[in-house]
Amino acid sequence: MKIHIKNGRLVDPANGIDAQQDVYIAAGRIAAVAAAPEGFVANRVIDAAGLVVCPGLIDLSARLREPGFEYKATLESEMAAAAAGGVTSLACPPDTDPPLDEPGLVEMLKHRARHPNFAHVYPVGALTLGLAGERLTEMAELHEAGCIAFGQANMPVVDTQVLMRALQYAATFDYPVWLQAQDPFLGKDGVAHDGEVATRLGLSGMPVSAETIAIATILQLARDTGVRVHLTRISSAAALEMIAAARSSGIAVTCDVSINHLHLSDQDIGYFNPHAHLVPPLRAGRDRDALRRGLADGTINALCSDHTPVDDDAKQVPFSEAEPGATGLELLLPLTLKWAAEMRLPLGTALARITTDSARILGLPAGTLTVGAAADVCVFDPHGSLRVTRDKLKSQGKNTPFLGMELPGRVRYTLLDGHVAYESRP
Amino acid sequence: MRNPQLDKNGGLQHLLTIDGLPRDVLTAILDTAAPFTEVAEREVKKLPLLRGKSVFNLFFESSTRTRTTFEIAAKRLSADVINLNISTSSTSKGETLLDTVDNLCAMQADMFVVRHAASGAPFLIAQHLAAMGLDHIHVINAGDGRHAHPTQGLLDMYTIRHYKKNFGNLVVAVVGDVLHSRVARSQIHALTTLGVPEVRVIGPKTLIPTEVEKLGVRVFHDMRAGLKDVDVVMMLRLQNERMQGALLPSPQEFFKYYGLTADKLECARPDAIVMHPGPMNRGVEIDSAVADGPHAVILPQVTFGIAVRMAVMSMLAGA
Repeated sequence: MKIHIKNGRLVDPANGIDAQQDVYIAAGRIAAVAAAPEGFVANRVIDAAGLVVCPGLIDLSARLREPGFEYKATLESEMAAAAAGGVTSLACPPDTDPPLDEPGLVEMLKHRARHPNFAHVYPVGALTLGLAGERLTEMAELHEAGCIAFGQANMPVVDTQVLMRALQYAATFDYPVWLQAQDPFLGKDGVAHDGEVATRLGLSGMPVSAETIAIATILQLARDTGVRVHLTRISSAAALEMIAAARSSGIAVTCDVSINHLHLSDQDIGYFNPHAHLVPPLRAGRDRDALRRGLADGTINALCSDHTPVDDDAKQVPFSEAEPGATGLELLLPLTLKWAAEMRLPLGTALARITTDSARILGLPAGTLTVGAAADVCVFDPHGSLRVTRDKLKSQGKNTPFLGMELPGRVRYTLLDGHVAYESRP
Repeated sequence: MRNPQLDKNGGLQHLLTIDGLPRDVLTAILDTAAPFTEVAEREVKKLPLLRGKSVFNLFFESSTRTRTTFEIAAKRLSADVINLNISTSSTSKGETLLDTVDNLCAMQADMFVVRHAASGAPFLIAQHLAAMGLDHIHVINAGDGRHAHPTQGLLDMYTIRHYKKNFGNLVVAVVGDVLHSRVARSQIHALTTLGVPEVRVIGPKTLIPTEVEKLGVRVFHDMRAGLKDVDVVMMLRLQNERMQGALLPSPQEFFKYYGLTADKLECARPDAIVMHPGPMNRGVEIDSAVADGPHAVILPQVTFGIAVRMAVMSMLAGA
């Protein structure tokens, strides 16, 4: 299969390209950019006039809900959502049921994911058995089975000695460890940022210190063990400052933020909107503003969707009882574009945070349209828009605080390994 | 985002919280309640305003006083009252809150009086009714988690107005466990909306919620300083289970520093009134000498509560 994408605006942040250039694809790879390779005859020509051609998006946190939570979502539904969102690679956290703590489960997931073949799936293995924070998993075996990193999803390791051992062991093999920073005690009951909104609504507050204390512990142990640590889904300005300071003192730490925390604050809980019940909680407006700047200046390395499909039954209950999380795969690109427009950022800078920068955290040579790279491509209409409705979302989860909003950008084609995985009409 | 308790014309569709309600709505409720206090003094304590209407008392959390006063209020308006103590019935069989509501709607309910342990539960019901197009069914929040207890806030305002005539020159202190108190939140919103120039909250830092000053109150941790020259002292109930965690060391120490005694009450104005939403813990948040003393208006609060609940029900029903 040979594909010629012509007349498009090619944005490839890894190579600093933002220009009208054609892309030529053969044998699942990028065969050439700008000028056609000699004798190239396309089986299919995609006219991308007025459209942006960029690397397929890489999402650092997308729950596919298999195994164990098939009533919330399935691999089929969520990989279709990924393709519709222009996402070609995604990392999935280990909080499935059972958790991804043994190689057989990981192999099964990788195998199952190859069948719909709408996106490359990179499991994050459990750092401890059952995510219980007590015993280490067989990290080397899990790595061989396909895990690209190890983490605890939203389950903090309570025992700091276990955490230190886990980081030491991961460092032995130079495996990255991805952690969501949340103190298990200060974070115990809180369902909303501890501030005016929680006070007004009578919701249990989760203080910022629940995040910063956990980050302090993680950074200290990262320094001692030399592990490569990635802090997923940070939520506060204070966290951002700590990470910047740690980095300048030589600790190898990266971090990401979710699309929800980039755009929303605790004010968006409104009248107890259960879709705004998230982990970590939406914080104050000044925190959100700091995260927006931090992502722009690169202090925050990448943007993720934190895709968490939740069934209606688990959301149609009072706010504090609602299962946290929001669907997001299909909103990653629109919310990146919205942020870029509001911050007046060049398109290449914005797209880097969901392509080449996230690829670097995954440790993969992806997220670029360099000649020879896998032909994972997203072609979108920057002037189109997406009205977020239950019907439009391909994800089985219809839970998002952006429901009803009109967001910029519309994916027209998603190519995975040189095959069209998704296309929509203009 | 429209305030879900107001209808398209700004009228009261539900009573879910005092937060965000206009001052004239609050005043209208108090004005409507005034003639209802006289009904209690009649030989036949009945008005026909809610005749033929079915009021469901939906209590997901146990309560004696609030449920009883709502029941009396509805019966004095001639409504049919059905009491459901759900903490011991359907949810223990696994039925969801909205399934319960749907079933009661199918029984031609006209009004739900809801108490629930989770903040926001009555909003969920109101939003569900709106989504189902059941605009003729009204919801009254009888206490949700730590969030709101609007009829308590209103009956407290009725009591203050009864004794102090107007709100514009008062200093009011709310004392005790503000953190866990839905009553305190409703009182604060009602007092600030009705124009009380100085609202204070008094308690140890463990029981004062974060950024509470943004609700328009001054925070005091020293009770004597906080009670200085106040016109109204509103005590809050301290639940026994708060003593088990790390919030407070002992009931004795709490009483010593934050319990209302005759001695501490001397800091307030000589004509100050003392209120309590009940049930009281004598010797924990309030001394019996004060609870039974000349400043206390605790029992009139209960009486006025019936009239205020009659007012809310009749206004919601459009009667």
